[in-house]
Amino acid sequence: MSHPLQVALPVAAQPAVRVRNFTRRFGQTTVLHDLDLDIGRGEFVALLGRSGSGKTTLLRTLAGLDPADGQAVTTPAAKAIVFQDPRLLPWKKVWRNVALGLSGPGVRDRAEAALGEVQLGHRLDAWPATLSGGEAQRVALARALVREPGLLLLDEPFAALDALTRIRMHGLVLALWRTHNPAVLLVTHDVDEAITLADRVLVLDEGRIAAEERIDLPRPRDPDAAFHAIRTRLLGHLGVEAPARRPAPTEGALVAFPSGEMVA
Amino acid sequence: MSLLTIDRNPIGLSLPRFQLSHARWLSPVLLLLLWELGSRTGVIPPRILAAPSTVLVTLWEMTVSGELPRNLVVSLARASAGLAIGLIVGTTLALVSGLSRIGETAVDPLMQIKRTIPSLALTPLFIVWFGIGETPKITLIAVGTTFPIYLNLFSGVRGVDARLIEAARSFGLKGLDLIVHVILPGALPSFLVGLRYAMGVALLVLVVAEQINAQAGLGYLINNARDFMRTDVIVVCLIVYAALGLTADQIVRTLETRALAWRPSFIKS
Repeated sequence: MSHPLQVALPVAAQPAVRVRNFTRRFGQTTVLHDLDLDIGRGEFVALLGRSGSGKTTLLRTLAGLDPADGQAVTTPAAKAIVFQDPRLLPWKKVWRNVALGLSGPGVRDRAEAALGEVQLGHRLDAWPATLSGGEAQRVALARALVREPGLLLLDEPFAALDALTRIRMHGLVLALWRTHNPAVLLVTHDVDEAITLADRVLVLDEGRIAAEERIDLPRPRDPDAAFHAIRTRLLGHLGVEAPARRPAPTEGALVAFPSGEMVA
Repeated sequence: MSLLTIDRNPIGLSLPRFQLSHARWLSPVLLLLLWELGSRTGVIPPRILAAPSTVLVTLWEMTVSGELPRNLVVSLARASAGLAIGLIVGTTLALVSGLSRIGETAVDPLMQIKRTIPSLALTPLFIVWFGIGETPKITLIAVGTTFPIYLNLFSGVRGVDARLIEAARSFGLKGLDLIVHVILPGALPSFLVGLRYAMGVALLVLVVAEQINAQAGLGYLINNARDFMRTDVIVVCLIVYAALGLTADQIVRTLETRALAWRPSFIKS
């Protein structure tokens, strides 16, 4: 009988995303510098960084929106992005937006099922202009998931939403991630959001991975002492002094949670 | 903000405003009455301007005799043929120019040069080239309508939100699919603005082109009426031209509400 760990190893050795010594320059500026990154299959990784740290560039490279220029970047064939703005085509009804680029029989059924998963089964034939911000972003999420991606790229998808909608979206994303189990790269500048959602949080600074934090807290995660310890460490890596007096847990859940960057 | 709006329109003020909007009909009607009165009393002789009542009678007679419908069809055919050619040429050139840099380099300079020449200024040249038959008339309308279509569709194609194109690309759309599903629908509002403008131009050029030795059409009616000093017929033709302009506008409005149903302004109404 072989040891369970030995069975698990070959799978772990084939990550969904593998990036080696990746460098990206725009003119004289080096945005990403000799970067290594692995994302395991079904792993939820959050990428933190200040503005201009190169996190969006990394996401766009993984998405194939920016060329990899022959460097060592391996990603799954099926990828999907949710952008900060929903980017729905306003002239296509909601279900057609979800079905965009899909072909073959049962496209509408697939779109319908995906919209049902984000609780928008009743808005199939609505025009995007009639949706609220949260609804539009849920459609964008359905549009990404209907492709059954091996890698789901989230580019600050909750940044433009109000605090309560954002909390609901966090729960929804986690539920969908458990069901479909894609590898996820969430780009955010919200420390609390990263700790709430991810298996692993990376801090990107000046084009390098400056820190890595594995989050082993059970989900759903409350801002308890362990949460705050991780938070303080990550804020330190981001060059921000953590607040001297920690907010009370209930207060923290409502005030610090949705806007970590503001509190920081 | 909403409080402010309510304060500016207290219920007491809405009644006079309602009546005022109805009063907009008053001055045109008053002018018509004065005109009729002037004609009846001989202040305005018929050779200067026929009375409104005479114009109405003439309109009825010309309609019943078939003279007006027959010539209207001729004019409409001219305008439609010219507009159709202008639409096809303008749309084709705008897509060639809008969808590729090479196309833009080849086509756009020529169109910008053409823009500086008023279409009607080409009339003498077209008469020399095409004679005085239908060809110069239709060609003039085609040339005049090509540009508004080209200019608006070109800027519409170029103005499609780059973020939407990027998103569609990320979901695997490319080539013809990208053009059909993203670029053309995105450019449609601008195209319809161009179409509305082109219809106005078609009518304007029609009026001038029909003065070129026409054997039939509204312009022919006007020229004949001028020779016999039939001001009533001239005014009837002017009314028909106005009606054509209104109809053209209504057609584009209908197209817009159908084709742009997704726009927030149409959703609300």
